[in-house]
Amino acid sequence: MKLNNVILKTTTQVVFFMIFLFSIHIFFAGHFSPGGGFVGGLLTASALVLLLLTYDLKTVQQLLPINYTTMTAIGLLLSLGTAATSAFLGDAFFKHYFDHFTLPLFGDTELHTAMLFDLGVYLVVVGVTMIIIQSIGGDE
Amino acid sequence: MNQVLLIFLPVLFALFVPLLYKTFSRIHTGWFVLLVPLTLAIYYARFIPNITEGPYTSTFYWVKSLDLSVTSYLDGLSLLFSLLITIIGSLVVLYSIFYLDRKKEQLHNFYFYLLMFMTAMLGVVQSDHLISLYLFWELTSISSFLLIGYWYNRDRSRFGALKSMMITVFGGLMMLGGFLLLAQAGGSYSIRELIANGSVIADSPYFIWMIVLILLGAFTKSAQFPFYIWLPDAMEAPTPVSAYLHSATMVKAGIYLVARLTPLFAVSEYWIWLVVLSGLITLFWGSFFAVKQTDLKGILAFSTVSQLGMIMAMLGAAGIAFHVESPQKTIFAFAAYAAIFHLVNHATFKGSLFMVAGIVDHETGTRDIRKLGGLMSLMPISFTIAAIGSLAMAGLPPFNGFLSKELFLTSMLSLKEFSLFNFSTWGPILPWVAFVASIFTFVYCLYFLYYTFMGKGNTSKLPKKPHEAPIGMLISPIILASLVVAIFFIPNVIGKYFIKPAVLAMQPQLYETIDDIPIHVQAWHGWTTELQMTIGIVVIGFLLFITLKKWQPIYRFVSEKWSLNGLYNRLMRFADVDSQKLSNLYMTGSMRHYLMYMFAFMVVAVISTLFMSNGFNYSTANTAEVGIFEIATLIVMIIGTLTVLIARTRLTAIIALGAVGYSVALFFIIFNAPDLALTQLVIETVSVALFLLAFYHLPKMSRHEERMPFKINNFLIALGVGVMVTLVALSAQSQKLLPSISQYYKDTVYTKAGGGNIVNVILVDYRGFDTLFEITVLAIAGMAILGMIKLRRPKKEKKTHETK
Repeated sequence: MKLNNVILKTTTQVVFFMIFLFSIHIFFAGHFSPGGGFVGGLLTASALVLLLLTYDLKTVQQLLPINYTTMTAIGLLLSLGTAATSAFLGDAFFKHYFDHFTLPLFGDTELHTAMLFDLGVYLVVVGVTMIIIQSIGGDE
Repeated sequence: MNQVLLIFLPVLFALFVPLLYKTFSRIHTGWFVLLVPLTLAIYYARFIPNITEGPYTSTFYWVKSLDLSVTSYLDGLSLLFSLLITIIGSLVVLYSIFYLDRKKEQLHNFYFYLLMFMTAMLGVVQSDHLISLYLFWELTSISSFLLIGYWYNRDRSRFGALKSMMITVFGGLMMLGGFLLLAQAGGSYSIRELIANGSVIADSPYFIWMIVLILLGAFTKSAQFPFYIWLPDAMEAPTPVSAYLHSATMVKAGIYLVARLTPLFAVSEYWIWLVVLSGLITLFWGSFFAVKQTDLKGILAFSTVSQLGMIMAMLGAAGIAFHVESPQKTIFAFAAYAAIFHLVNHATFKGSLFMVAGIVDHETGTRDIRKLGGLMSLMPISFTIAAIGSLAMAGLPPFNGFLSKELFLTSMLSLKEFSLFNFSTWGPILPWVAFVASIFTFVYCLYFLYYTFMGKGNTSKLPKKPHEAPIGMLISPIILASLVVAIFFIPNVIGKYFIKPAVLAMQPQLYETIDDIPIHVQAWHGWTTELQMTIGIVVIGFLLFITLKKWQPIYRFVSEKWSLNGLYNRLMRFADVDSQKLSNLYMTGSMRHYLMYMFAFMVVAVISTLFMSNGFNYSTANTAEVGIFEIATLIVMIIGTLTVLIARTRLTAIIALGAVGYSVALFFIIFNAPDLALTQLVIETVSVALFLLAFYHLPKMSRHEERMPFKINNFLIALGVGVMVTLVALSAQSQKLLPSISQYYKDTVYTKAGGGNIVNVILVDYRGFDTLFEITVLAIAGMAILGMIKLRRPKKEKKTHETK
């Protein structure tokens, strides 16, 4: 017997975006306040897990057709690439660059290559968590 | 350079041997090989007239930065050995051409090994560098191993090869240790320089160790008591090999080493006693047990052992010459001469005897002395050679053995006149041992000769119809036997060109030129004690031989089990079977046991180190105030941990573990680590979920809902680990020697790194390298889980595969 869990589904539709946005916030805030790529990635993954719990595996895969293995690979490449860029520019391996820019809408903003590295971390964490959960959950 | 290159000539030629074997399959490969020792023999013979004009050296730098070189150092001693190696080598190759069948044998293997051995042996006797000497030394062991195991499909061959390998390599490794100590003490690897530096070395605290270790090498190689046991088993080798390696050359490598290092070590009484005693014991033991043997080559093997002991004893006596006043005039000077002289004589007669034994084996099909007999009329030439060889070995005139035996008795008699080192107390026994051993030598020589060729043996029962060997096979033993006779008549020519230069090399401190060596050998040297002893030997030996049948049964009392061979076999079995039992005791295959060993070892090692190095320290100087929150969280944590341990069901344990994890997160909050707290919370949730998943899928058949059994060992080890970690943590906390680096991070986090969250900036900027690889670890873990789950062979497919 399969229950039609309306309340759960409706709540999820709202809560998913809240968690997702919170995770994005945590990710971006990482450089100045608690957070960062690792926690951000885990939280994004937990939002996706919530989707998995509410709907089944196939539905979520149709909804978000993401190949998490590729995502992990891209994350690793991004991190390594960020770290290696400085070596190509003649500096030491893993040197980060940052500066302040005045952007429309955001005002005075600091842009930092460490953020790209953290994005790599984020992608790897989301990818690996989802690989683990999907492969274990999808196992017959 | 030339000289060094010529050492390697045989092994370089060996590379072409398989090619020659395949291309010219109609010609016996031995004919090509024969060129090599002949060339070398001619080359070395050119040195004979002017060898006394100084050593000829040539060096090839091998690893210059490590002072490794192959130095060929030709003085009287090396030249004598080089000539022995090449001349006997030529004769043996010639003999082997007729002994080994071109069609039935794998000749390319045989000659390859033989040439390899030749290089090794030349290297041993010519090397001046200790390490290259060791290198060639082990190469002789290896090539000897290959040659003994030449007929590798026979069990006895493989056994003999392994045994000789084990014993000689054991000795070789001991010798290497001795060499390293020696080089350390003397500050050089060159034997010449070490000898020049002798007084410094004698003061070294490791002097005794050097002597013992190097002598172990020499004794194992030269088959001295109790290491002789490999030699009789090495008789499974083809006879040319036995004649070459196990009588004339390889077994003399140890003799060479002792002779070469005598100027260095003879200052020590231990060296002299060890060499003399081991020589005499070996002499007696070998000659006594030779009469027991029933195999022709067995008799010869034991006789080789015994004769090597005799040479060794003389070398020991030669060492005494370093301790007496005006040694040139005393009789100890004889000993070195006698040793070298007998070495040459032994090579000639023992080589010919082995070849005769090979001929008898080849022509009759057996080497068992109980089946042989009465071959004298059928094989007259072989008989003549055998007679010359055995009588020379027994020490009878007119053969060379007589002269060297007289010199041997002279040097043994002189031992009792030596007063230092307790020789006056024990010395008088030594000539008697030599006397008794010589009697047995006489007996086994007659035993060998009589029961093979004379008597009334039944020749029709032999496996083959006996007849005289082909002429080619007889050439080499004839040459050797005529040398045996010739040396008797011209001992002083041999002495001048061969022996005296070698003595000069052995006792360089005593003589300036060879003319200083006051020895003139002659067959008739007056009515002396030695001659009386020889007559006694002949008479008693003859009586013993006639009554042989009556007393030979005493050998049955010597049980095989208690012999040295039995000891060796038990040792091997111990190394094989018993050590396996031992490792089975602890290598149980149980992961639990291995963890117990590791943890127990860690506890003992860490705690003992902590207290032995006085490392434990406890102070509360740098500790902070403990607040109510900490205590409360700690209590929750302790309760959680205890619950995990005593939980009745696994579910409880998992939940309790989660509680511990969350309280750790609480701790992080209390201790101002928000990043860690965030991560800890999420990770703990994920891992508890994964635990639950694993719990849910436990197999239903053996699912016990019971608490963990209490085991006292596990408890003690766990307690030990806990105590260990606590002690280490307390001591580490109580004595911080350096201020923390964290101030730098605080100062530069905004100015240099452009961030505000120190933790995150450390992770991605200051020490981003770690993070890079941690996400790699994560990715690998993910891929591994994916692989484990997805890349499984489906069960259905597996079953169909099995039914097929």
